[in-house]
Amino acid sequence: MSSLQMPKVDNAIMSKKDKIASDLRGFINSKNVLSNVDELRPFETDGLTAYRQMPLLVVMPETAEEVSQILKYCNENKIKVVPRGAGTGLSGGSMPLEDCVLIAMGKFNKIIEIDYENRCVVTQPCVTNLAITHAVQDKGFYYAPDPSSQIACSIGGNVAENSGGVHSLKYGATTNNLLGIEVVLMDGTITRFGGKVMDAEGYDFLGLMTGSEGLLGVITEVTVKILKAPEVVKAALVGFPSIEDAGNCVAQIIAEGCIPAGMEIMDKALTKATNDYSKAGYPTDAEAMMIIEFDGTEHEVEAYIQKAKEIAEKNNSSSLKISKSNEERLKFWAGRKAAFPACGVLAPDYMCMDGSIPRGKLAEVLNEISRLSKKYKLPVANAFHAGDGNLHPLIMFDANDKESLRKCEEFGADILKYCVKVGGALTGEHGVGIEKRELMCEAFNDKDIQQQLTIKVALDPNSLLNPGKVYPILRKCAEEGRVHVHGGKTKFPDIPRF
Amino acid sequence: MSMEEKQNSQTSLDFNQNIFKPSSRDEIVEIVKNCYRKNIPLEINGLKSKNKIGRNFQSEKTLDLSEYKGIIDYKPEELYIKVKAGTSLKEIVEELDKNNQQLAFEPNDFGYLFSGESNSGSIGGVVSCNFAGSRRFKVGSVRDHILGFQGINGKGETIKSGGTVVKNVTGYDLSKLISGSFGTLTILTELSIKVLPKPETSKTLIIKNPHLKKALDYLRKGLSSSTDPSGGVFYPDYFGENFVLNDLTHDGGLTAIRIEGPINSVDQRISRLSKELGLIDQELSILDNEQSNIFWSKTKNLEVFKSLKSNLLRIVVPISDTLQVIQKFKNYEIKYFIDWGGSLIWSSFDQLNTKILNEIKDIVKNHHGYITLIKVEEDLKASADIFTIDPIKYKISEKIKRSFDPKRIFNPGKMYTGI
Repeated sequence: MSSLQMPKVDNAIMSKKDKIASDLRGFINSKNVLSNVDELRPFETDGLTAYRQMPLLVVMPETAEEVSQILKYCNENKIKVVPRGAGTGLSGGSMPLEDCVLIAMGKFNKIIEIDYENRCVVTQPCVTNLAITHAVQDKGFYYAPDPSSQIACSIGGNVAENSGGVHSLKYGATTNNLLGIEVVLMDGTITRFGGKVMDAEGYDFLGLMTGSEGLLGVITEVTVKILKAPEVVKAALVGFPSIEDAGNCVAQIIAEGCIPAGMEIMDKALTKATNDYSKAGYPTDAEAMMIIEFDGTEHEVEAYIQKAKEIAEKNNSSSLKISKSNEERLKFWAGRKAAFPACGVLAPDYMCMDGSIPRGKLAEVLNEISRLSKKYKLPVANAFHAGDGNLHPLIMFDANDKESLRKCEEFGADILKYCVKVGGALTGEHGVGIEKRELMCEAFNDKDIQQQLTIKVALDPNSLLNPGKVYPILRKCAEEGRVHVHGGKTKFPDIPRF
Repeated sequence: MSMEEKQNSQTSLDFNQNIFKPSSRDEIVEIVKNCYRKNIPLEINGLKSKNKIGRNFQSEKTLDLSEYKGIIDYKPEELYIKVKAGTSLKEIVEELDKNNQQLAFEPNDFGYLFSGESNSGSIGGVVSCNFAGSRRFKVGSVRDHILGFQGINGKGETIKSGGTVVKNVTGYDLSKLISGSFGTLTILTELSIKVLPKPETSKTLIIKNPHLKKALDYLRKGLSSSTDPSGGVFYPDYFGENFVLNDLTHDGGLTAIRIEGPINSVDQRISRLSKELGLIDQELSILDNEQSNIFWSKTKNLEVFKSLKSNLLRIVVPISDTLQVIQKFKNYEIKYFIDWGGSLIWSSFDQLNTKILNEIKDIVKNHHGYITLIKVEEDLKASADIFTIDPIKYKISEKIKRSFDPKRIFNPGKMYTGI
């Protein structure tokens, strides 16, 4: 592990491992409590694989009541808890702690109800995102948010991270497509926020829980809205001679009132990598390649595609192809969807960053990224959900080389700070987790963070639920500007860790 | 000089007055710090268009934010507008009009109901109440359009959350939490709101139909079709006379479904929709852009309840349960219309007392919905719960309230006793 500081290990808890395991076996099926090293190994990391940590124990509850009992027990005995869905998260949100009980939600894998009349699906949280669409597509419906990991990521994890995806420009992220959840709080309380109706009154706890990265409760049931699938979907593949031109095109399309279903940009480095990898047939001479997708009824899509074409041409597009069939459209996307594995071929490891910027700052930010790439001597390729300003730079490095990982972390941090500097945000859709924790001070001052921590304390007074995530370990950061933790040494070992 | 006197001596404000009307954030901070120190409860107001919604409560002083107004930053190409919380919705809408943009969530104008004339209130009030209009099922509620905010917590500290970009949730999404909190958590100072281009055109398919069951069937089919409607309402016979429009060829009860987008596509979708619903020419009218806008504006403004003295309830239930809920209301004299494609029932009761109210609440609860008392007589207001909450959520709400406003000085009791 690199320079990552986690909450202090409670040795008293470590020494009671066997007792805790046996206590837990007292109220959940004993085969669902894992304690051997070999059983624990699969849970040592999530999608942020550069960081690994074995948990003390893993439990696999099967009902909300079991989750409640586990949390109540851990709360009473001051045992840290880390919840985990499918483990595909990219910011280390479900990375275990050495002295934690990891709650693996994998057994919550059933869809409970499909309700076409109210256009919603009620499901257990570890059902995959894509499985929801699969369950309703024969009736012509689908679930809109489509994170790239949708084949594997769980809907509960989506709620915890407020996942977005290619189509969140038009359809919003998880928070905009969620109707209700059942959640268990750290003291064991089981409650429901929202349901099949919109805007349940009272404080919007549904909104608060969404994107709270497993710090406020464990989700045991999810109700999402489903939409009628659009009748026609068409995409245009457009090449631009410069990033500026592509960026201007994005801004104008939006300003003209066409809201595409998705609008993706890849830079030249990534276009080349994906072409080599997936033979997508992208224009390799273009400095920026854009996929614009519209959906709706035939006339609607036709009108928007024409408008987008005109705007692209005004912005010096060097090539433009409109999909003539669904097969061709999927081929346009094939390259973009293979962007990550394509980078995997170029370097031993890559770190996928996730920042959000104003659309108009695209060229400026990409120029800065390429300057930083030279500075750190690490190659980078850029994918961009251009419509909603969500940037995914892929930094290539070698995880076996500590210096390379360190440089990669600093490079990534510099990119995110720049995103904040131009008016953007530290996270687009991957969450803060452990990855961007110390950067929170770039976006928020001490008062802002303190307000958030007060909410945390209100629901989890002992700070046992997923501690060490999202919020800086060193809360003094606001005064100190930037936090560096070297070799695990910290100046403030006694400051509460959230 | 004691510490308190020292702090007071820096004050340019007269703390003997009962109504504060600050025009700068520094003044608001000063007022709150003072009230925090002295345990003085504050009633927080914007343009008072909705301040009658909610429980009556005791407050020593009033904080009137109507002078804390103005557009701070509007970037049409970035699709956001940043404003001070006391800015009137009217001013924001006028500014957006210049760029052919809009607030897609169509907030209700409660002015007609409470004062007989338009008063869409301040943006701070719109966010604090989170009442979204007819596009709700398609574009989300007010809370879905709040990108970020700055506010003052109960200790007088300035806090912020979110930002101006669409994807900006870093840490807890406090923008959601403050939406619909009726001013009980923070005093909003600045709001960054997502704006969207206006659709090229809007048309409305009006179906002549007085029957609720059939209306709900039309709405269900319409909203589940790929024609992508952005509004669906039902007005029973007694409200028909409120809609005198050139293109409306019949009177009486009506079901209306709105389609928006590029002109060609709207025409195509309207004709498709009428085919899918199996309608014949004699039972339908199509409102063009202008008349369609008038129709939905009347809906947004609750104009059918314009002369209503009291007893207006806002009831939200799953669409599947709307019919049964209204059938169970048959013992009462009611007038209602249905918005949100079947899920939102705006209902006035000829007679409303604690007993009837409790019966209604039970019905709604049994159908997994919720109910908000919008306009009720003072004696009923004093004794009834305006909002309903279960004990677990009350406990959590209490904790959250305390985390923002530890001494309970912001609108104490406006939502619930003790919060």
